[in-house]
Amino acid sequence: MSDGDFPQLLQQYYARLFPYTKYFRWLSYGSTDKVFQNREFSFTLKDDVYVRYQSFTDLADLKQAIQAKCPYKIDIGAVYTTKPKDHKKVKASEFYPVQKELVFDIDMTDYDEIRTCCSGAAICHKCWPFMTAALKVLDKALREDFGFQHLLWVYSGRRGIHCWVCDERARMLTQEGRGAVAEYLQLVSGSDQMACKVHVPPSYPAATRAFDILKPYFHSTVLSADGQDLLNHAEQRRALLGVFEDSSMTDDLESRWTGDTRSSEHKWADVEKAAKAAKKRSKLQAITLQHTYPRLDIHVSKGLNHLLKSPFVVHPKTGRVCVPIDPETADSFDPLAVPTIQQLLTEFDDLAEQEQDNKEGAEVGLSSL
Amino acid sequence: MDHKRRVRRRNIKRTEVWGQTHVVAKDLSKYPCALSFYLQPPQEEIGLEEFEELAVARLHALKACETAKVRYPSRGSDFTQLISKAERKHLPVTESGDNDIRYDQRRRDYLSHFILRLAYCRTEDLRRWFLTQETELFRHRLMHQDTQSVNKLLALNNMQFKAVDAGVKQALAPELLAVHSITSNAGISLERMLSTDVFEVPFEQALDLVRSRRALVRNGNVYVTKDNLIPIIVAAFRARLSASLAHTSKALPSLEEDDRLLPMLKSLSQQDISHGFKSKTATAGQVTPADIPTLAKESFPLCMRTTQDALHSTHHLRHGARMQYGLFLKGIGLSLEDALAFWRSEFTKAMSHEKFEKSYAYNIRHNYGKEGKRQNYTPYSCMKIIMGSAPSTGDAHGCPFKHYNEQNLKTKLMAYKVPTATIHEIVQLVRGSHFQLACARYFEVTHEQPSGTATVTHPNQYFEESRKIRTGGQQQQQHRGGADGATTTTTTTTATTKQEVPAELSDEALMAALDDSAMDCT
Repeated sequence: MSDGDFPQLLQQYYARLFPYTKYFRWLSYGSTDKVFQNREFSFTLKDDVYVRYQSFTDLADLKQAIQAKCPYKIDIGAVYTTKPKDHKKVKASEFYPVQKELVFDIDMTDYDEIRTCCSGAAICHKCWPFMTAALKVLDKALREDFGFQHLLWVYSGRRGIHCWVCDERARMLTQEGRGAVAEYLQLVSGSDQMACKVHVPPSYPAATRAFDILKPYFHSTVLSADGQDLLNHAEQRRALLGVFEDSSMTDDLESRWTGDTRSSEHKWADVEKAAKAAKKRSKLQAITLQHTYPRLDIHVSKGLNHLLKSPFVVHPKTGRVCVPIDPETADSFDPLAVPTIQQLLTEFDDLAEQEQDNKEGAEVGLSSL
Repeated sequence: MDHKRRVRRRNIKRTEVWGQTHVVAKDLSKYPCALSFYLQPPQEEIGLEEFEELAVARLHALKACETAKVRYPSRGSDFTQLISKAERKHLPVTESGDNDIRYDQRRRDYLSHFILRLAYCRTEDLRRWFLTQETELFRHRLMHQDTQSVNKLLALNNMQFKAVDAGVKQALAPELLAVHSITSNAGISLERMLSTDVFEVPFEQALDLVRSRRALVRNGNVYVTKDNLIPIIVAAFRARLSASLAHTSKALPSLEEDDRLLPMLKSLSQQDISHGFKSKTATAGQVTPADIPTLAKESFPLCMRTTQDALHSTHHLRHGARMQYGLFLKGIGLSLEDALAFWRSEFTKAMSHEKFEKSYAYNIRHNYGKEGKRQNYTPYSCMKIIMGSAPSTGDAHGCPFKHYNEQNLKTKLMAYKVPTATIHEIVQLVRGSHFQLACARYFEVTHEQPSGTATVTHPNQYFEESRKIRTGGQQQQQHRGGADGATTTTTTTTATTKQEVPAELSDEALMAALDDSAMDCT
């Protein structure tokens, strides 16, 4: 889309489509007190002008401000001790965040070293299943291990997904608590200087459960020729075999594969055989996790006052709306089919109805809060 | 000197007046348990000399906790011994024995805790240091006091843990067994597990266990056996103390009218010498961007040298590395103007000037205290780098000894021409989690120093020690001419700036510092 049109389209979007009422109800959490009024919003205006500490008294105030300022992007922050817009009127020591949804941010750029199809901000149908796999694993862990129930998954509008855990217990977590949950969930971490980035014993319950969920994705997304076909890409293959930290085994496999044009699936069968012979079976699980387990940006989760792009906002670069994803049908979610602001506005009547349905689906859980 | 004597005399006089209160009945119900959460501040009056003496005793115990952690990061028996020794000498507490002895021990423990709480509540850094060491001391005691004492502590503080019933245990059994075999090395049978008490605790009370995955986490609870309750009790202690410290810091200004206590408290907390690095020699402007490549080769610790390499080859560093490396450079004397020039020249090889100015320049000025809260950030210590957030994909910060895998570390060391035999030694140290000792070994071999002579606690300390050797002790002479005003000294007034963590502080040193501060206030 041309930049020139965007402000006008946005104005239309905010005037006709943005779901103010439901948005307000979500962020009020059924309470009439300060939960909504003390919530920080921040607006990104034209030319990357960034305005923090916005807050609104009620639905009408919110609507009026959004329509007047027509922000390119809206971020949601924490609920503070007082109204964020008045933060300069109180002492700095008396203005601090008290609650916020526990959030997770998964970004496709963190998958670049295991992607062969795209890099950076680009996504396609070959790599998107990484996100689906991530969603499935995290959704299960948050529900089963932590007992959370009110999870809002959204497409970020460009190259990743966000999760908003809205249970009261999650919203009241301290910074330290958020850090602990995030680190618990981060089974894969380490810089490029770590060959094996999986630091969890294979028999730990969360690891075995993740492995069971991820195994099919490893085959369909990492190995398959319709996916990354990873073992037919030299650099990624070297990194994958590096997980064994056994150069003789790796060299042996590599030399056997010289000139070998068979599929990654076939080569993986060779890897499995070699691993079993070398008594390194557990590394097969590590490889699977390293190539499919969600790569979390845990700084976003840790900070109580960290801002995250709001659901239902239009991504300024792609024009796509930040829409909810239903975890039950996540496999069929297609980010490239998410309506752009132009489509939405041209097919307003039709699409508005569908959108509304989508949003209702995701918000049934929330409104019960 | 006259001043000093006068103050001394005055102190003694007051002690005499206050001394009378010391003759009180030793009622042990006042201190019912050898272990304490230190919830109620003490109400009794105490002489200044005893005040000092108690403070010094506890400082010894807390310093031992800190030293133990630096020397033996994987804990173990040496770790325990070091703390035990200091505790027995300075602050013993026991559950059994003579009534009066127990009373005196507990009173000392209780009062000294609150004295240091006053001394260490004043700044965020001090609070963190005190909290960390007090928690360590508490953990140590919890692990070595008898069960009776622990049970009493829990009962007194209404912390009863709920054992789950057989049905729940049966349902969770396979997973409990899996976790148990990971955390204890020795597996146990299903029957054994079913006959052991398993406790259910809300996960918020067991964050350490959650973070380190040392317990089964299910449905918002952690499930642990008795042994694993220790981290939970420790976490409760820590949370309460942390809240109390914040509270005390707000109450402190009312103490300010007391001209005897505050200076003493200030000087007490200055004895803590290892968590920050105060350069005696670094001056803004003494290092220029042109010096950096050479200095990196000659005198940067491995963490900074690899970061410089990464910056040089990719023309970009992510946030973690910009902070770690940027503050290090500031610490060795790169001025703000030069820092901006240095980062700009690298980053703009891969991005436009506009993007650099918009996205990165603010951050650099921020580090120098010119933006935002205007806080003058200090360079990261080894502890902070080692314990801080680990680097993930694309990150270049962290401690290579900890965050590189063995092969990559070896490759890097070989590239930096470290002899094979030393690489082997370093790898052994790393396997035992002795990252700072590994770094010290790297220092020794790259500076041709005998083995066992170097200590590394801070990258900037590493750098300064290195410059001393490289320039034969006559370093820091070549101040840059042109940058007038940039050479204002950054030497601090802190009396002690030793970088090593001594096992023992001498009483004389502490008392001298206390006397000095008493002098200041006359």
